[in-house]
Amino acid sequence: MVLSNKKIAVLSGKGGTGKTLVSVNLAASAKDAVYIDCDVEEPNGHLFLKPKDIESEPISIKIPSVDKSLCDGCRKCVDFCKFNALAYIYNRLIVFEEVCHSCGGCALFCPKNALSEKEKTIGEVQKGVSENVSVITGILNTGEASGTPIIKKLMNEASTLKEPTFIDCPPGSACIVMDSIKDADYCVLVAEPTLFGVHNLNMVYELVKLFNKPHGVILNKCLESENPAEKFCIEKGIKILGKIPFDNQLGILNSNAKVAVRENEEYKDIFSTLLQKITKEVLV
Amino acid sequence: MKIAIPVDDKSILTSVCMSFGRTPYFLIYDTESKESVFLDNSAVASQGGAGIKAAQTIVDNKVSVLLTPRCGQNAAEVLKAANIEIYKTMNDCIKDNINAFIEGKLTMLKEIHAGFHNHGAK
Ligand code: SF4
Ligand code: SF4
Repeated sequence: MVLSNKKIAVLSGKGGTGKTLVSVNLAASAKDAVYIDCDVEEPNGHLFLKPKDIESEPISIKIPSVDKSLCDGCRKCVDFCKFNALAYIYNRLIVFEEVCHSCGGCALFCPKNALSEKEKTIGEVQKGVSENVSVITGILNTGEASGTPIIKKLMNEASTLKEPTFIDCPPGSACIVMDSIKDADYCVLVAEPTLFGVHNLNMVYELVKLFNKPHGVILNKCLESENPAEKFCIEKGIKILGKIPFDNQLGILNSNAKVAVRENEEYKDIFSTLLQKITKEVLV
Repeated sequence: MKIAIPVDDKSILTSVCMSFGRTPYFLIYDTESKESVFLDNSAVASQGGAGIKAAQTIVDNKVSVLLTPRCGQNAAEVLKAANIEIYKTMNDCIKDNINAFIEGKLTMLKEIHAGFHNHGAK
């Protein structure tokens, strides 16, 4: 069985749960694969995969720019902008670029045609190759309001791919995460074995239910002791795809930014088993 | 001179609101006429940029001084463009703050916080 052009989104309720570990290692376990880092505020996958031959493309949005000589201070634009990105102070229109959502409305509404749109770079998309994995990374410049335009670009790329694609989603369940899973064929939820982990798992579980996405859970950092996240899955009838043990070896590989399956036979087995399991789930 | 303070209710006995942008009301106190006027803060339910909109209201009401416990970067930028001075409140009591300001006992607000641009949870 091969996954072909399926898109697998990897989610977690908060950062540091092992989302990047899972998506990077699943991609590295496949024969050919694409890894897309949608965690645009803090893309980490490339640190592990260390892609080569990087090409980057700037991503820009449109923001309004005012022509003072045409503006008569009617404030129609200020009243229109529901994000409050505009203020009119002392005969001068101020545009708060980081607050603007590029809806284009103010320029349309200005009776004097004083507003035009200018391009502003908010980040970039980088593409490179790491052995069997094509790596696509979205990077949002610090201070920018929204990574949505970058996620949109990444998802457009993903829709054209023929290889199985692993999407490392932003943590949490905000709208930016929804953009990342909209077109996914399957969602993998990564959970930590604590009560707080259950809370975080529940957040993304609610989200995949809302979107009606087929899904399963990978229990990360598993110890011998009782696992509240596992209990939660059993109670709710959520499919458990597998467990990743908590051990020092993995910790060391992780802190040295190594791809575990490329260094260690045991992890190679764990992740190929997980990949097979997911493949079966996706192809049923 | 007009002084603005974010307040929790439409009463001089209410307390100073902890948030500038999301305060329900502003008290505008005129030091010459000694009159108090309460304004609704239309930014209270904004999706974003509440500080900017609240600051615009303050500017439009020809206020000279704002007394507030906190202020975001964007709001501070609007206020600065309008030459409005921002002083830090000393406690929750509105009268104490007005008197302290008039007696020159309040200090300028130094820490302007970066704002919470990201909508949604993290
Ligand atoms: S483009 Fe839209 S969000 Fe941006 S300033 Fe204009 S109305 Fe506001
Ligand atoms: S709508 Fe146009 S003319 Fe009116 S304040 Fe805005 S930019 Fe100026």
